[in-house]
Amino acid sequence: MKKLLMGNEAIAYGAIEGGVQVVTGYPGTPSSEIFTTLAAMAKEKNIAAQWSVNEKVALEVAAGAAYAGARAMVTMKQVGLNVAADPLMTLAYIGIKGGLVLAVADDPGPHSSQNEQDTRRFASFAKLPVLDPADPQEALVMAREAFAISEQLGLPVFLRPTTRTCHVCQDVEVAETVITPPKPAGFVKGPNWVIFPSLAAKRHIWLNEQQEAAREIFENSSFNRVDPGVGRQGIVVGGVAYHYVKEALAILGLNIPVLKIGTPYPLPINLVMKFLDGLDRVLVVEEQEPVIEDQLIKMIYQHRRPLVLRGKYNRYVPREGELNTDKVKEILGAFLKIEVPKVKQDSNQPALPIRPPVLCAGCPHRASFYVFKQAAQGQEAIFTGDIGCYTLGNMAPLDAVDTCLCMGASITLGSGLQLAEPDKKVVAFLGDSTFFHTGIPGLINAVHNQAKQTVVVLDNRTTAMTGHQSHPGLPRTATGTPVEPLDIARLAEACGVGFVRVVDPYDYAAALEVARQALAYDGVSLVVMRRECVALVKGGQQARVVEREKCLDCGLCIEELGCPAMAKGEAGPVIGANCTGCDLCSQICPTGAITKRGEAKCD
Amino acid sequence: MRLDIVITGVGGQGNVLASRILARAAMEWGLPVRTSEAIGMAQREGVVMSQVRMGEGSYGAIIPDGGADILLGFELAETVRGLPKLKPGGLVIANRHTIFPVSVSLGLSQYEPEQMVSYLENSTARYHLLDATALATEAGTYKCTNIVMLGALASLGVLPYDAEHLKQVMLAFIPAKLRDVNLKAFQYGQQALGGV
Repeated sequence: MKKLLMGNEAIAYGAIEGGVQVVTGYPGTPSSEIFTTLAAMAKEKNIAAQWSVNEKVALEVAAGAAYAGARAMVTMKQVGLNVAADPLMTLAYIGIKGGLVLAVADDPGPHSSQNEQDTRRFASFAKLPVLDPADPQEALVMAREAFAISEQLGLPVFLRPTTRTCHVCQDVEVAETVITPPKPAGFVKGPNWVIFPSLAAKRHIWLNEQQEAAREIFENSSFNRVDPGVGRQGIVVGGVAYHYVKEALAILGLNIPVLKIGTPYPLPINLVMKFLDGLDRVLVVEEQEPVIEDQLIKMIYQHRRPLVLRGKYNRYVPREGELNTDKVKEILGAFLKIEVPKVKQDSNQPALPIRPPVLCAGCPHRASFYVFKQAAQGQEAIFTGDIGCYTLGNMAPLDAVDTCLCMGASITLGSGLQLAEPDKKVVAFLGDSTFFHTGIPGLINAVHNQAKQTVVVLDNRTTAMTGHQSHPGLPRTATGTPVEPLDIARLAEACGVGFVRVVDPYDYAAALEVARQALAYDGVSLVVMRRECVALVKGGQQARVVEREKCLDCGLCIEELGCPAMAKGEAGPVIGANCTGCDLCSQICPTGAITKRGEAKCD
Repeated sequence: MRLDIVITGVGGQGNVLASRILARAAMEWGLPVRTSEAIGMAQREGVVMSQVRMGEGSYGAIIPDGGADILLGFELAETVRGLPKLKPGGLVIANRHTIFPVSVSLGLSQYEPEQMVSYLENSTARYHLLDATALATEAGTYKCTNIVMLGALASLGVLPYDAEHLKQVMLAFIPAKLRDVNLKAFQYGQQALGGV
């Protein structure tokens, strides 16, 4: 049966076909829909699906299930893997019993990430095999097969899609019937589950041997194949770049041999050496790091093969950003020394407006940032930020995010800044999901070390940035089971925070008063700014309108808030149809010119 | 048969839904299909572009520059921004509606709608302009601008399937209580470009 599936959905279907029984993860673009698709089918397919508070926790829960023989999948984005690095590196030594697949999505570009790190590098660092799909259909097959490969090797296996597989839709062949996986065999006690140094020393030898076992499996894998062509020049291509190479060759009318690699680590030596037979010049095309290219260089040297190899080290292929057919066309032109016709750019194009992403109209975070900016006026203050929608608070005119490093770092970076500059006010912003992810250890650290800072938890009752996933502060799990929500304020009190308040950012006067008190507090203070994400509220408040007679056209509402629902009109500000009625603008308007639509005189 | 369509607009305009409807309709018509969309941070009022490729030839989802047969522009300036994707002689359907970004209200960048219109007129051979957002508002809500645009596209007879097929697939995507509004929006779009 054909279904139109996004790559992430295809991975979820593949995992089900592969008999997945336990799935854990933490949301992160571009990986999130793998988990949400599985969670939506969890009850019907009898899968345990749990959002975890962070990626380390997610990996450990999945590993526990795999220790008992269950087939488990853990999902995250590339930077999430850093959080899971600690269990990962040792898990490779311990190994697993049931198939364990780490679906870690990379984001070359980057479209929605703090960096462009290559998960294939991380996998080879951990000495674990990687499958790298070229499109959603292949991602489905790889997700299905990965469990068996994992069990055959006794090792966790990486499935590493990139944005252009995760968020690409394709007509995908989905199995009509799915085999129900057997009940897990159960955890069998034994000395090999406890990582003493003596065991680590022994298992390291085993892990190194498994590299050859994995290579052997990949020698005969259908994920690698040769598309024959003519001539003594060839291309080795990995992952999504395969389609770019094939289309560029078709556009240029070329027919040269292509080796498609779907298993970039460990690279199958015999298959690659056979492809290189009869070739004089070879180009390696892969996104991000030279993972395939590095292994090829080694092989060519070890086998003393006289060959011209081109790729990243000759700067033919960029090491940064995403590839596409246009870039690959240029690369092929340079490698094959042929003329590539360029699409000519029109120089008459009018100047286009700058349109970066901004906080939504009515976003409660805008109100929170504005409140703290006002409360801190006249004092020297640093606003540390974190990972989420609210990172957009750094855009003009709010300019309220001075730092952003990684999940949970707003509190800890703030503590460090305060050590160096004790006279400045430090305000750390982070979201509710981020607070549970890695905020709490930083908060405990700040309290224990007597930091003086204000922590603002932007509690919009969801994980908004990645598509509204659940977290422990909500009264339901990933699969919709009702649960007792964790109270962030009480947690903060239990962590020893001396000043804790909860306030609605839409109530400007009350929020401002709380913010002032929090900034004046001598020690760690924490304010929960609690208001549901505007994207979750359907048809809520009445939209606002500007009464022309009262409006001074002072520009305050536009210049201070930067709300996308407000624009400059010929006779003062104009509020658009996308206004959600959050009322922040009317509360800061000096003349009370902004009122509810329908109640205003000018309506 | 091959057809490559680019949809440009602003995050929140229903760009993703429009490309999914076009793609699902193609799949149900028996054609292989690929789409690529902007998901994540870019969705928040930023520049978004979706790509839909239908027909034989199983390449990736990214349409090369100068390769799109059709450009569907949901917002005026974004239509101009997306033009380099269009084939020489390709078809443009543009929404006359403008969305001024915060950068313009703050005086950090410029947006001259008249310049955009005259540029589109002068630089494209096959070009249709309509106020899809006004028609959507008339149908019930500005939020179905995307459906008006699909109706307009369907009326031109350039898709591999007929307008009725696209309409039925569209209705299957929409929650029951919003079907009437979207049906009206689709028909307004069809009528705007001389369809039924």
